[in-house]
Amino acid sequence: MNAYLNLLIGLAIGLNLLALGSSRLPSLINAVAVQGMALGAMPFLLEEHINWMVALVACATVAVKGFVIPILLRRAMRTANIEREVVPSIGYVPSLLLGAGGTIAAVAFARTLPLLPEHAGSLLVPGSLASVLTGFVLLIGRSKAISQVCGYLILENGIYLFGLLLIHATPLLVEAGILLDLTVGVFVIGIIVDRIQRAFDSLDTRKLTVLRE
Amino acid sequence: MKALLLVLLPLAGAALAAVWPSDRTRPWLLPVVGVLHVALSLWLLFVPPPFASTAWFAFDPLARAVLPAVSLLFLACAAYAVPYLGVRAERSNRVFVATFLAVLGLLSAGHGARHLGLLWIATEGVTLAAVPLIHFNGTSRAFEATWKYLLVGGTGIALSLLGSFALGYASLYGGGSGDLTVAALASQGAKLSHPWVLAAWVLLLAGYGTKMGLAPMHTWKPDAYGEAPGIVGALLAGGVTTVAFTAVLRVREVVAASGSGAIADRTLLAIGLFSMLVSALFLLGTRDFKRMLAYSSVEHMGILAVGAALGAAGVYAALFHVWGNSLTKGALFLSAGNIRRAAGARTMDEVSGMSAITPHSAAIFITGMFAVTALPPFGPFFSELGIVRAAFGADRPGTAAMFLGCLLFVFFGLTRLVFAIVDGRPRAASRVTGQRFPETMSVIVPPLVLLGFSLWLGLATPAVLTEAWAGAVAQLFPTP
Repeated sequence: MNAYLNLLIGLAIGLNLLALGSSRLPSLINAVAVQGMALGAMPFLLEEHINWMVALVACATVAVKGFVIPILLRRAMRTANIEREVVPSIGYVPSLLLGAGGTIAAVAFARTLPLLPEHAGSLLVPGSLASVLTGFVLLIGRSKAISQVCGYLILENGIYLFGLLLIHATPLLVEAGILLDLTVGVFVIGIIVDRIQRAFDSLDTRKLTVLRE
Repeated sequence: MKALLLVLLPLAGAALAAVWPSDRTRPWLLPVVGVLHVALSLWLLFVPPPFASTAWFAFDPLARAVLPAVSLLFLACAAYAVPYLGVRAERSNRVFVATFLAVLGLLSAGHGARHLGLLWIATEGVTLAAVPLIHFNGTSRAFEATWKYLLVGGTGIALSLLGSFALGYASLYGGGSGDLTVAALASQGAKLSHPWVLAAWVLLLAGYGTKMGLAPMHTWKPDAYGEAPGIVGALLAGGVTTVAFTAVLRVREVVAASGSGAIADRTLLAIGLFSMLVSALFLLGTRDFKRMLAYSSVEHMGILAVGAALGAAGVYAALFHVWGNSLTKGALFLSAGNIRRAAGARTMDEVSGMSAITPHSAAIFITGMFAVTALPPFGPFFSELGIVRAAFGADRPGTAAMFLGCLLFVFFGLTRLVFAIVDGRPRAASRVTGQRFPETMSVIVPPLVLLGFSLWLGLATPAVLTEAWAGAVAQLFPTP
């Protein structure tokens, strides 16, 4: 069971690197979508007895992260009529190096953390830290609003991975609330992206520099 | 049950506002819900309801000590919103009214949340519900501010979720159940895993500190407060920051119970003094009087953090300061809104002589500025005095000196800008816009009432409030 889980987390880490290295927005959005679906499926591997509430939240996660959010992002991308990130503030090779270095550091760091025996062999903690780091690199290193949103989603995915450590303790009501907040959040971001596109005729956040001291 | 009404009532009002047909009558829902909310929260203040310590949501002593202040502030903003939305009749107020009410409901939920997951959901909900309020003006500057608010605020709030999970894992590792209610975590005490508690504290302080607007996570604040309408700024500065502060206090309670209280206090002290210093420096430089209010808010969040770091006496003074800050800042934001509309601009390069165009608002603005810089006998003077005394009581004269030094620079910064705007000869452009947006009683009375409350707090602090603050301190510092 743990082996399958680690395989999925390995896939998520690989998708982190794919997201860091891709210059085209559609492939970035696809990476985030596949990662979200992989994460959503994990509760089925973690729980021995699947009750209908767990199944419901897991299915909702797959649906939201794998389909709803990517559709919203693709629509924003089409209305803005942009396909690729032209000049990122942190280039693709440096981003990849940062991501790879960060992943190695996350694995090394997770070994030093006090973990319960049942979590010691799993990649949950290093995968979570690596995803949070990847999210930050994308948030800082990309200038198109949609790429930054993808960075934010990968950051959220990292936090979700960490939350899986507590899957037996966290009430599902809380999980559902968090998922709802995330969906509404991306929906709101989608609206703002659309308005920024109309107001500035661009989604380049480097143009948002009127407000400063 | 009554406590739950504090959440459900505004949310029901929000749903009603979303389907209300008329733009002209819809804003009246705000004061109606506001009056009911104030009545309910004052009732609960005077007759505290019993609550189970394991409850996820309750009107516990901490909620009782701060939520009525937010409720009063909301009522003043709601009363002001009716004439304000009247002059902004060119755009639909459906989304504005609905989300304004939703923010109140989620704020109430956040104040009473005793479960870290519920607390996070409520705070994130407030963050998202405030988005349409910030870009109500619809200018490109407003969208820029909203984007920065969403990105910085969203990342911060995500970190606090990670921190909440880390605290849950500290409980699991210590042999607990991973239950995220504050009571269950605190009762585990020293059994909580020490490294995980510290990691959780850093993440939660960064996360909720972003919502409070503590430096260096304050960068969204000047933009959002500067571009949002005055009532929105008032609610953000007096309500949203307050819920984040109660979150920090609740987490601090758990960290202290685990035996790391001294570390938590040191970080709070450092980040609080740093926020005061940063705001003082920016206040000496800014030329925009709405951004000035944002930096002043950063300063007051720093004051709260310093108070929270100084033990029971400091927390008592900080709770007092929450009231002083919410009510006085509300008066400042509302009067600044009047001045901004009449002047048609907001920097000291374009605005002067507003005491001739909007005499009442200018008077409230100046008085509020003196109140917020701790002039006796207003409330903030006594609460800040309490914090200085707590600093000396905790044998930290250096902290007290730095605290007072920052207050002095903030005073210079504020007076410089406020008098430049109020004094002198009115600009020609302002004379024209001033006639278009004259001061009416309906926009003067709400800030005046808030200022009156601030004065009342200082002159004769009601006994029920001192008792409520003492009750909250007793909850946060349990005597074994």
